Amino acid sequence: MHDLLAQLLQVGFFAALIRIATPLIFATLGELLAERSGVLNLGVEGIMLFSAMTGFTATYYSGSLWTGVAAAAATGAIMGLLMGLLTVTLGLSQHVSGLGVTMLCSGFAFFFYRLIFGEPSQPPSIQPFRALPIPGLSDIPFIGPVLFNQFALSYLAFAAVLLAALVLAHTPWGLSLRTVGENPRAADAAGVNVAAIRYQALLLSGALMGIGGAYLSIAQYNAFTFGVISGRGWVAIALVVFGQWQPWRSALGALLFAFIDALQLRLQASGLIHVPYQVFLMLPFVLTIVAMALVSRNARAPAALLIPFRREER
Amino acid sequence: MIHLRLERRSATPAWLNLLLPLLALAAALILCSGLVALAGADVLDAYAQLFLTPFSTGFDLEQTAIKAAPLVLTGLAVAIAFRARFWNIGGEGQLYAGAVAAAFLGTQLWLPIGLIWPAMILAGALAGAVWALLPAYLRTRFKVDDVVTTLLLNFILLYGISALLDGPWKNPRSAYPTSPPIRADAEFPILPGTEQLHLGVVVALLAVPILWFILNRTTFGFAVKAVGENARAAAYAGISTARTILATAALSGALAGLAGAGEVGGVHYQVMADLSPGYGYTGIVIAMLARLNPLGVLPAAIFYAAMITGAEGMSRATGVPVFLADVIQGVSLLTMLAALLFTQYRLRIAGSHPGMARHA
Repeated sequence: MHDLLAQLLQVGFFAALIRIATPLIFATLGELLAERSGVLNLGVEGIMLFSAMTGFTATYYSGSLWTGVAAAAATGAIMGLLMGLLTVTLGLSQHVSGLGVTMLCSGFAFFFYRLIFGEPSQPPSIQPFRALPIPGLSDIPFIGPVLFNQFALSYLAFAAVLLAALVLAHTPWGLSLRTVGENPRAADAAGVNVAAIRYQALLLSGALMGIGGAYLSIAQYNAFTFGVISGRGWVAIALVVFGQWQPWRSALGALLFAFIDALQLRLQASGLIHVPYQVFLMLPFVLTIVAMALVSRNARAPAALLIPFRREER
Repeated sequence: MIHLRLERRSATPAWLNLLLPLLALAAALILCSGLVALAGADVLDAYAQLFLTPFSTGFDLEQTAIKAAPLVLTGLAVAIAFRARFWNIGGEGQLYAGAVAAAFLGTQLWLPIGLIWPAMILAGALAGAVWALLPAYLRTRFKVDDVVTTLLLNFILLYGISALLDGPWKNPRSAYPTSPPIRADAEFPILPGTEQLHLGVVVALLAVPILWFILNRTTFGFAVKAVGENARAAAYAGISTARTILATAALSGALAGLAGAGEVGGVHYQVMADLSPGYGYTGIVIAMLARLNPLGVLPAAIFYAAMITGAEGMSRATGVPVFLADVIQGVSLLTMLAALLFTQYRLRIAGSHPGMARHA
């Protein structure tokens, strides 16, 4: 047991935790923005998958990782707009629209990957992102290698949380977004264009989810595989509830989830505990459900979540 | 000036209910034809491969039928759940729960032969029901969102099965992780005159009218619809939302579990990680296309079964990736959802009286 603790408290463990949390933070933040505007974006799992594929493909052919990130963000943004067309303009069921977008995006990801790369015995790979140590800060003992020797996208994820928290709380646009999610009728009366705000939120939401997907295929791994997302998008939806629709709390939820995931990787590698590896893979999902059961009673979702807004109907 | 505007309908004409799914499918196929062309294939040729070959020979026809059976059951499972606004996205997990339970009983040597088929079928339904009751309980007791829990439970169950197949329940004679095969006499009987149509297909066919009856001719069915349409009004009428949701979830899970039992008893004779190619998720598309009507589930399930059967052949013959079938599923779900707007609204060309439409 002592060995185990010693292994856990190593720098590598905490650095891995940040790496695992990064895509979840992007996806959770994207989901949060959509939900705060009143739209549940169940497209998240599929958007991440499709973006992971387009991000990888763009990198493969351009040789530039940032082109890949941009392609993934654009893919996500377009799918966010599709979500807007379905739920905002047409006012369709958000549940079914989101599932449809996920199915469509998963189909697209597999279809285009097979069309472009065929069925090679070795999946094509790229040179993925390398850690970007921040001069000065990365030399601080312990904290340096954990926090300041990460992928550029990880820094970006935390910057995005900070930015989202500030924008939501302190800018006119953030206020409009929150009002649209709580009381669209009042927002409309105050001269806010409800549909436009929701579209903007979904566009941003999709782009963030897209970057989260691309992180997996061009930073954490160096190839696109069909199971690359494997439920992370659904977890992001749960993390938003867990974080009570607050950016920092949701990011904290992502870190907690990553902690459990990193722990299972360590325990598996250590060989000190003989439990099937699937139990560890399952554990974060079980704990997510338990956490939701504990939190949901007091959770207060945006009041207008799931309700389409039709201006002419009162 | 001429305005096109949407106007609320007071009632939906009957012909529209039949026409809408066909329109939605046609729209989906037209939208997806771009992808076929992109893959360098002839659109009509590819679609013929996709939708005609599954009906062309007796063998293909039976293949389509045995694929339609689990889809009918998962489609019914979603239809009844969505009617009560219990968002059961967990059909896939409930199917696997049923498969595991049926396979477990199918390997038991102490069970008498006369009892083994009904025991497998009942166990499958029961296991599916239990797995669906968990998220329903979390929703009624703790207000936990059922979409997320039903989805996450799919992953939990699949990892659990994967662990079983790697360890305590591994078939020692197989290199690939599978469960031990069920007893030879536990394999479902094949209908006389056919080569593949098994007991599970009969179960699926029987489930359609039974579910229609439950939904339209029983007090429980009335409660399901009342809770789904207006939970508050239902509560005033003395219908318990919580109890209705729990019962609906159990029935929904049982139907999906039956699909799993059928796959084990009639097709694969064992459990493996890729037992289902996403039947649980396709059930959502089928239920929506059927407009949550049990009778509509049957033709919708046959359509998607044909597409799943035809996809491999289409891919071999034309070079279009098999995943075209997945894209069509997603697109048709969305076009159907959009088509449903026409049940609530109609397009009105408002020329001289733009104000009329507004107040309609």
